[in-house]
Amino acid sequence: MDNPDTTVDKAGQPNNANALNQVVIRFVGDSGDGMQLTGTQFSDTSAMLGNDVSTFPNYPAEIRAPQGSVYGVSGFQVHIGQREIHTPGDEVDVLVTMNPAALKTNLESVPKGKTIIVDTDSFVKKNLIKAGYETNPLEDGSLESYKVIAAPITQLTKEAIFDLGLDTKSMNRSKNMFALGMVYWMFSRPMEHTLNFLKKKFAKKPLVVEANTRVIKAGYNYAETLELLPTAFTVLPAHMDPGTYRIVMGNTATAWGFLAAMHNSGLELFLGSYPITPASDILHELSKHIHMGIKVFQAEDEIAGIGSAIGASFAGDLAITTTSGPGLALKTEAAGLALMTELPIVIVNVQRGGPSTGLPTKTEQSDLLQALYGRNGDSPLVVIAASTPSNTFDYAYMASKIALEHMTPVILLTDGYLANGSEPWRIVDISTLPPIKPRFAEPNNPEWKPYQRDKSTLAREWAVPGMPGLEHRIGGLEKQDVTGNVSYDPKNHELMTRLRKEKVERVAEDIPPLKVEGAQEGDLLVVGWGGTYGSLFSAVKYLHETGHSIGLAHFNYINPMPKNTAEVFGKFKKIVVAELNTGQLQLVLQAKFPEYRFLKYNKIQGLPFTVLELSEKFKQLLSNQ
Amino acid sequence: MSDNTPVYTYKDFASDQEVRWCPGCDDYVILRSVEKALPQIGKKKEDIAFISGIGCSSRFPYYVDTYGMHSIHGRAPAIASGVKLANPDLSVWVITGDGDSLAIGGNHFIHVLRRNIDLNIILFNNEIYGLTKGQFSPTTELGLRTKSSPYGNTQPPFHVGSLAIGANASFFARVPGNNPKAMTEVFVDAEKHRGTSLIEVLQNCVIFNDGVFDDITDKKVKAESQVWAKHGEPLIFGAENNKGLVLKGGKIEIAVIGENGVTQEDILVHDAKNPDPVMHFMLSRLKHPMVMGVIRDAERLTYGQLFTNQVEAVKEKAKYHDVQSLLNSGDTYTISDN
Repeated sequence: MDNPDTTVDKAGQPNNANALNQVVIRFVGDSGDGMQLTGTQFSDTSAMLGNDVSTFPNYPAEIRAPQGSVYGVSGFQVHIGQREIHTPGDEVDVLVTMNPAALKTNLESVPKGKTIIVDTDSFVKKNLIKAGYETNPLEDGSLESYKVIAAPITQLTKEAIFDLGLDTKSMNRSKNMFALGMVYWMFSRPMEHTLNFLKKKFAKKPLVVEANTRVIKAGYNYAETLELLPTAFTVLPAHMDPGTYRIVMGNTATAWGFLAAMHNSGLELFLGSYPITPASDILHELSKHIHMGIKVFQAEDEIAGIGSAIGASFAGDLAITTTSGPGLALKTEAAGLALMTELPIVIVNVQRGGPSTGLPTKTEQSDLLQALYGRNGDSPLVVIAASTPSNTFDYAYMASKIALEHMTPVILLTDGYLANGSEPWRIVDISTLPPIKPRFAEPNNPEWKPYQRDKSTLAREWAVPGMPGLEHRIGGLEKQDVTGNVSYDPKNHELMTRLRKEKVERVAEDIPPLKVEGAQEGDLLVVGWGGTYGSLFSAVKYLHETGHSIGLAHFNYINPMPKNTAEVFGKFKKIVVAELNTGQLQLVLQAKFPEYRFLKYNKIQGLPFTVLELSEKFKQLLSNQ
Repeated sequence: MSDNTPVYTYKDFASDQEVRWCPGCDDYVILRSVEKALPQIGKKKEDIAFISGIGCSSRFPYYVDTYGMHSIHGRAPAIASGVKLANPDLSVWVITGDGDSLAIGGNHFIHVLRRNIDLNIILFNNEIYGLTKGQFSPTTELGLRTKSSPYGNTQPPFHVGSLAIGANASFFARVPGNNPKAMTEVFVDAEKHRGTSLIEVLQNCVIFNDGVFDDITDKKVKAESQVWAKHGEPLIFGAENNKGLVLKGGKIEIAVIGENGVTQEDILVHDAKNPDPVMHFMLSRLKHPMVMGVIRDAERLTYGQLFTNQVEAVKEKAKYHDVQSLLNSGDTYTISDN
């Protein structure tokens, strides 16, 4: 295999002849075919067997695009392994397709020789035309170099449940379970987890439970008895640190990070938010837990989302607002108010393809400059980026801690890939997290002034309504140093502008140094930030372990940057910044560190980097020294 | 009033900031009326917050010695909503103008009324943009010549009462900006009302729209041009107190008591508490005489009450009550040390 994700494996060959190090399975069908659920079930089951997993859903913006059309194709990719998995995988080992359009749009991700499972019943003239096939690919020989498993899935599904009295539409709805049953057998997965899941999900619809249970078993048994299937594979457990795990999606982990911060700060949590793809799941998750002291406020628009959060922060809550790119644009003016009033809020931007409405369901890293500079005036705030689905928990927590302790707005960047991706997460004991100490003022302190600052952090103190003796007024007009009174004094404005900048820069004292993985010095330093970590790490690790002088420096703290940043850059001959945009971090780094030359490698397709394309690019950069 | 609330006078609510409105502006009257209302609402100074947007009126919080925020244009209702939801014990006041609340902040304005969050909104309506020096606003009459309508305004105005009642406001009052006594009373009534209370003040801008309300508010004409709405009392007005509002053919008309067989019994009795807004809507639209005072004061669950009730219901059924239990819940699995 030329897939670097496999060749770097160090776990040794497993004893079982049919055991694989890792495998990538992609389920694709109509957006109404239940592919997201099928994929989730497969990845959850695998994680419980001890595999490491990484998933990537890829779905259209349309909720139910016309059936059978190429733009209605919805997919869910699962990468499972017996070693650490850092990406959902580049190339697909097993493609499960429910119709011709799904095959057409996904075939290019499947290398020759790999397996394709098709529902032959869907390869009828009408669907072939919709997919743009002139001849039936199952018959014209175009799939000769793949292992095609052609099964009449729709028909077999119906036969399994014909006596339950369901209508055709309801029967068809179960066919994803047939495909899941087949794949469970192929990879030696037990069905129990899914059977239990179905029982719970459809507790009030026993007929649906019965139908789906029968169908998944039928698929499993069909696969077992069918001679066409290759021998069953298995993927042995990965080496993972001992502990209690669960699978988390990025948006869920983000929400939980804020819950942990709420708990450890002793504050109540306020979310002001307006629904937007792909950020809404954070709103959904927090809405479930209002009984734990969380005030979830679905506002009339993005501006009211952040506006209400600023109000809640003024009144003493841990206040956050969640959005995606276009929503961040709308929140811009209010973010400036939070910055001017020096109130703690966290703004989460789950980035998607832009500009404008752009690609709502696709991933991108193109809001970095908006986050750093997208406000009127000189308006620095803290910018943090999470880099894996599960570490969104850590960075949501740290964003809250920094906001509360430094009295500043913080923008937390995640992206569609992290938000919807999932992976195993070792459940954190929140009492072990670093403490959060909000900077509250002392009531009735006659010396207190709204803009007097802590000597080391420059943070002001938080006096909230209800505290006697500290009644004061703040606002968006320029403030006089210390007193906070309105001031138009030219020198004071310069002083305050510099203080606001210096305050954010001093956050660098409280963040960890920039870590280098792979070679600690040498020929090529790969620089990345945010959601590309898994792909960059896999590529750099592969090249480093095959003898190249290459290291990775991945940023989670972007403003301010870690204090050792320049030192890291100085240890390598060449630096390349790899991003899913046209080079936004590269632009910032080139301006901040003009003594170094920053090359760039960019992809702007609404898709993550593949490990293969990164490895090739880095090899090329390494070879022409 | 809680037992340990100090006895305040209006002077306790004056901040140390110099008031900087134009001489002769009604804003001074509104400020003093608020300062006189605050000692009557039974709240400690530290439990009161004034949130404003942008415009002449929005400088208001600087002058009141409570907690306050001078925020950004149009957004005060959103920010105040956050303040109130974060701390329901506070008395939260929104200070806004016709441009701030009905143009750039129109969306927040209607939604805060719809939700019925327990806030008091004082809308300074001067039918003009003052701070930006004299452009027409969303309440400016058609045809008015302003800096941005030198040939006359071609945008028909909003009617504050209609917009608010249409947005399901539970409390709407209107007061002339030159009547501090009435204003103070209405502000106290607004604070008593549970839900969003909207008070429209007809506020004269001496610089850019001077005299715009003279035909209603001038002392010489006010007896004939204003009818004061008091819950449970007949809607009677006039220099001789002999005119009243009657309902005729689905319309409100003026009748003179003692003429054409009209007696006091025929005059409409004001029912501010009526949940049905139709009569309030009609009263709010009368131009001459114009209805002043509390036009609508209807009971409706506030957003805070609905949210709290829901939280209590969820609490009873919830499987876990703390963050760590939530994290530990669901489909977990253990990887052992080998």
